[in-house]
Order: sequence, then structure tokens, then C-alpha cells
Amino acid sequence: MKFFRSHVLVSVDPQCLEMGAHEIVDALNDELVSWGLIDEIQVLETSRLGDPTRFGPDLVVYPENVHYANLSVDDIPYLVEEQFLKGRVVEKFVAKETIVTDDELGAPKAKEVRIVLRNCGKIDPHNIEEYIAEDGYQALANALTSMTPEQVIDEVMRSGLRGRGGAGFPAARKWQLCRQVPDNPKYLTCNADEGDPGAFMNRRVLESDPHSVVEGMILAAYAIGASMGYVYCRAEYPIAVANLNVAIEQAREFGFLGNNIFGTDFSFDLEVRMGAGAFVCGEETALIASIEGRRGEPRPRPPFPAVKGVWGKPTNNNNVETYAVVPQILLHGADWYSAMGTEKSKGTKTFAIAGDVVNTGLIEVPFGLSLRDVIFDVGGGIKDGKKFKAIQTGGPMGGCLVEEHLDLPLDYEALTAAGSMMGSGGLIIMDDETCMVDIARFFMEFTQEESCGKCTPCRVGTRRILDILEKICNGKGTLADIDRLEMLCEEVAKNSLCGLGQGAPNPVVSTLKHFREEYIAHVVEKRCPAKVCRALIRYEITASTCTGCTVCARNCPVEAISGERRQVHTIDAKTCIRCGICAQVCNFNAISVESG
Amino acid sequence: MPEITQTEEICENKRALLDEIIATHRHRPGALMVILNETQKQVGYVSEPMQRYVAKKMRVPVGAVHGVVTFYSFFTTQPRGKHTVKFCMGTACYVGGVPQLMDKAKQLTGTDIGKTTADGQLTMEVCRCVGACSQAPVVTVDDEVVGRIKPNKFPQLIKKLLEG
Repeated sequence: MKFFRSHVLVSVDPQCLEMGAHEIVDALNDELVSWGLIDEIQVLETSRLGDPTRFGPDLVVYPENVHYANLSVDDIPYLVEEQFLKGRVVEKFVAKETIVTDDELGAPKAKEVRIVLRNCGKIDPHNIEEYIAEDGYQALANALTSMTPEQVIDEVMRSGLRGRGGAGFPAARKWQLCRQVPDNPKYLTCNADEGDPGAFMNRRVLESDPHSVVEGMILAAYAIGASMGYVYCRAEYPIAVANLNVAIEQAREFGFLGNNIFGTDFSFDLEVRMGAGAFVCGEETALIASIEGRRGEPRPRPPFPAVKGVWGKPTNNNNVETYAVVPQILLHGADWYSAMGTEKSKGTKTFAIAGDVVNTGLIEVPFGLSLRDVIFDVGGGIKDGKKFKAIQTGGPMGGCLVEEHLDLPLDYEALTAAGSMMGSGGLIIMDDETCMVDIARFFMEFTQEESCGKCTPCRVGTRRILDILEKICNGKGTLADIDRLEMLCEEVAKNSLCGLGQGAPNPVVSTLKHFREEYIAHVVEKRCPAKVCRALIRYEITASTCTGCTVCARNCPVEAISGERRQVHTIDAKTCIRCGICAQVCNFNAISVESG
Repeated sequence: MPEITQTEEICENKRALLDEIIATHRHRPGALMVILNETQKQVGYVSEPMQRYVAKKMRVPVGAVHGVVTFYSFFTTQPRGKHTVKFCMGTACYVGGVPQLMDKAKQLTGTDIGKTTADGQLTMEVCRCVGACSQAPVVTVDDEVVGRIKPNKFPQLIKKLLEG
């Protein structure tokens, strides 16, 4: 591997490309060649560094970690001469504001421990050598040459690693079950169908560090004796698919995939299979059906995939994150890993924080941290100084947790006991301007649409729950509807075939439990306390603050606002669709929303 | 068994493309999904005649192909417009204002979400969370993610797509 004294990372974000990022790369290379520096300084392309609208096109120089922004091709000769020849930072090109190297994954925050995300944003995902330089494939070499498959399983078992897809089944136990089935060949699948809205940890790992997943899969394949593996990745993640394919190709070139890996008699190969936009394919039996080229419908278990999976053969299925952490466990030992976390949930977990919180993005923390720590310390608290209302964990099949749960430790058992679940790790934080009935309706709309239709409780039940929720949001609900809702939720959860239907009522059940008064306000008072449900609110212009600037009238999608320039405007309630754009664009806070 | 005749509706170019896709992938186990994904990507849609053609070539029932095409939301049976805007309906985007952007887009184009404008210029669709939640609200324009959309800047984006 070649070493360079300095690396230049140029953002080739689509917006930066439009502003000439490739021309900058070419100019840099030309200039470096002409100074004879091309063997000392490497120019690399990377994803976005900062907000392109403020910084683009931009680049970062390592190891100095200087962020140069708003560059043009004409700046490059001077920049190269000063920075690389004379070794001086060119102040006039340095980004004025704080460096935002990555808006999903900033510098590690207090209380964060990065194991799965350790390489993200730091190495070039298109270059296997960079992964190897970070101890990549070392665990594989060790395992294949000096450990038996049973020893690999033992080590992972002792580490306490549990499936990161949401259910939390001990990973090594699953491998053991699959290994013991006397049938061959065996298959390995990786669930990269990260469909929960608000969850994007897997995407980030696949895009920025695909080799960790590849290595983890090879190790798992060795442990269970699988000969072929599939990564099932959702079609919404084209970059993840592309980067994985590059990684697999490079791993083959280096002899980490294919026949006789590391000169042993172990052979294994990998392939990426793309989904086509069906959430239910995250369920393992549906995922298997989809890999086989069929409709992604789940089937009853048993037989479990460990016995009958892909092509009817024993199959082990784990989540992206589970595989990605395996090489680290084997590299540093089970004791190192199990020292982190709580009694039953060991290690770290990545979470995607989204919603009304200051720092949205990805974090990785040891299990056992409290929700309060995550929201207020790592997440920086609620945006715009508003009040915390609820947090949705576990995606659309999870539940919401409220103030009283904030000191719960984040682990599998505690969340389940509180009526929610770990899920894949999406955390959506909501402030007091969020209507919980509307949120329940939103999640139900999602599950209703994604219900595959195979079993009746889920197909019909989710539709009926959604109907009732829409009725309530439209101000037409009755108290009897709330009772009916509760009954339906119980039946759907009890009788559905797969996790989608069983979990679908969770958001309704948990919002009913914690925010029953909001439901009652909707049906009895016909009022939406959070002023969100469109049928129950109205927008009004405050005459004293309206300056007649016409911004609201020009932005109204239905032309419901009228008024002369410099005169107070009025909203025609009949035409108004209550989209709220006017209130968003008003510069004088002259538009208010009322309910009831 | 009567010979399937409707396959003639597929024009020569498309058939050549289909033949190529099928030839490349048919040996792979579970090839149907791969072939349909490739077709959707390269041709832009999988019409009924194309489904019949694939079924015939793959020697599987037409129903199996049709079943798969209609199950997954990524497959479309109609050609798309020149540009496609997809509105992300993940939780963060929903809370972050994508529904309002859809209202605005409907007004600007005079076309419903899920439809293509009459001149074939722009298709608008709702899509599932694209995983760019930290940039909400997000739409994708021809598969490129555009995040942090401001309501007052959004009409320009739509107008540009309607023109070019």
C-alpha cells in the first residue's frame, strides 16, 4: 500500500458536482503533477463535507484537517503552492463557519462509543486497502487459520452479541442452530432492507464501510458452514448497493471471497440482491421469498429459516449491524465487547436520531444509557427551545415513550417492558407541537399500505384501524370509536401472521395509553390540542402585525389569501386547505393557528 | 397451447434490451426479481406485454411475473415522465413539511401525486423513507436526494423540471 504525506478529500456531492467539483479535482491533480507532488499528496473524492449551498465546492486537507470552501478552479494553483509546497494554511479559502464534516455523523459526542461506525466517514469505501489498514480482514485471517467454526461461535456467544434487527435473539445461538441442521448447502442472508422510516444506520454502514459487513458475513459463513450468501438491500439505497458491489468485487480480487479462502478448504461467495420497495421484505421469511424471485410474502414459522430458508435449505439471517460488529468481537475478544452494556444487552447500538431534536443524525452508544442522556446530552435537547413530548422507538411497529420513561436504560428488556421496543434503532423525537393521534394515524397509514395482504387480521384490521383514526382526525369520531380501536388493536396484534401485523397496533396502543386525553379532545371537543389535524384547525391573520407584504398570498397553494399590498390580508376559510405554508413563510409572525 | 401473440406490441429496441437482460441474468437462481429490477432501471417500466414476454422467455406463468410486478412498489407498468420527483414520506419528512410541498406541487403542475403531467415531462410519486432523515424535508429528483427544502424555494425546483 502506498503512503502519502497528505490527503485531500474533495466533496463530490451532487450539488458540488454541479458547481464544478470534478474540475477542481482535475485542477488539483494537474497542479500537483506540475510541482512533482503527485506521489506525496493524494486527491480523493468523498461525499458531502458541509452544506454545499454554503460551502460548495469544498475540500478537506488531512492530516491538518483544514476545510477549504467555496473554491473555484482559479484558486487551485495558489492553494497547492501555499498548502502543499510551502506548508502554509491559506486563510482566505478556509471555511468561515465551524467545519461540518458530516451532517449525519459528526465528531463523536460525549458518551458515544463507536464500534460499528468507527470507519464511517474516515476511510474510502471504494478502497479495500484502507479497510485493511484499519485492521480489516485480520479477524478473518485469524479465525480461518487458527480457530474452528465452533470456537468462532463460542467467542461470539460469550460476547453476548444479540441480533440488531430488533428482536434481539442471541446471534451465536442462531448460528449454532443453523450449523447443527444436517442439510447442505447452507446459506447466509444479510437483512439490509432497512425500511423503518427514520432509521438509516444500516445505509450509512453499507455506504461508508461495506467491507465490515462483508468480513462479518464471511466469518458467520465459516461458523455455520455456509457456501453462499446474499445481501438483500432495499432499492431505495442505490449508493449502498453500488458500494457493496465494489467491496465484494475487491474482496474477491484479494481472495477473501471465492474458493479456498486464505488457502483453507473454506469457500464462500456473496451476492447483492436488490429489493423493490416492499417494507414487509424486512421480515425474514418474506426476505427469503423475495431473494427467490417471488412475491415477498411471509410464511408461518416453524420451520424457521435455520431449517428451511433460501431454496428450502438451512439459512442464517442477520442484520447489517450484527454482521458488521462480528470482526471487531473476534479481533478484540468477547470480554472486551461484553464489558460494555447492561447485564442482558451487551455492547453498543447505533441509533438514528430524527425529529425535533438539535443534533439529528447517527450515534452509537453502549446499551444502558438512559433515554434522557440520548435526547438531551447526545442529541442536544429539543429544537427551538420547545418542550419534549414523546419519543417513538422501534419504528412504525414500536411505541411511543414519554417523560416518565426518560430515565429508562436503553436495552432490549427495558424498552419492551415499557410497551415499546428496540427495533432497528430509529429514534423519533417529538416536541409539544406534535399531535399524537395524527402520529398514530401516520404510522397506521404506513403499515396499512405495507401490509402484504396475505393474512386477514393484518390486511383488514389495519385498514379498519386506519379508517377509525382518520375519522377521529377529521373530527367525526365518537367515544365508541376509541373502544372499537382498542378492541381491534388487540385482535390484530394477537392474530396476525408476522411481525408487521403483530406490531402494527403498537403506535395506537401506546399513544392511547399515554395521550388518551388527546383522543378525547378530538372526539368530544372536536379540538386538536397540538393544532395539527387539518379538519380541526383554522389559520388566522393578526391584523395588528400583518404588514401586507403579500408573501403569504404568493405562497398559498390554493390562492385562499387576498388583500392589497400594504393592507391587512385575509384568509378565506372555505378555500383554505390548512397546509400551513403561509404561517411558515410569514416574516412577521402574523399568522396564527387556532383549534376548537 | 396457443402462441402468445401480444408480445409484438413491444418495439424492436425494447425487445433487444429485454433479451439482453434475460440472457445476462437468467442463469442466476431467483432471477426473476433481478431481471425485473434491471428492466425497470433500463426501460423505465414493465408493461403488460413486457411481463408476458419475460414470462414466456423465462418459462414461468404470466401470473407469477404479474404477481411480482404488482407486489413491489418500485415496478411501474406505465412509462414515467422525463423527470421523476419522489416525495419522501418517512416520519421526519412527514413532520418536516413534505405534505405541504406536495400541495404546492399539485397546484403548480395541475397534476395529482402518483400521476404524470400531460406533456410527459414530470412524474410525481410518494416514496418510502430514503434514509436521509437528518436532511428533512426531502424529495428525490431523478434518484438524487434533495434535502432541506425551503417552501419558498421549492416552486423554482418544480418549474425547472417542467421546463427542462
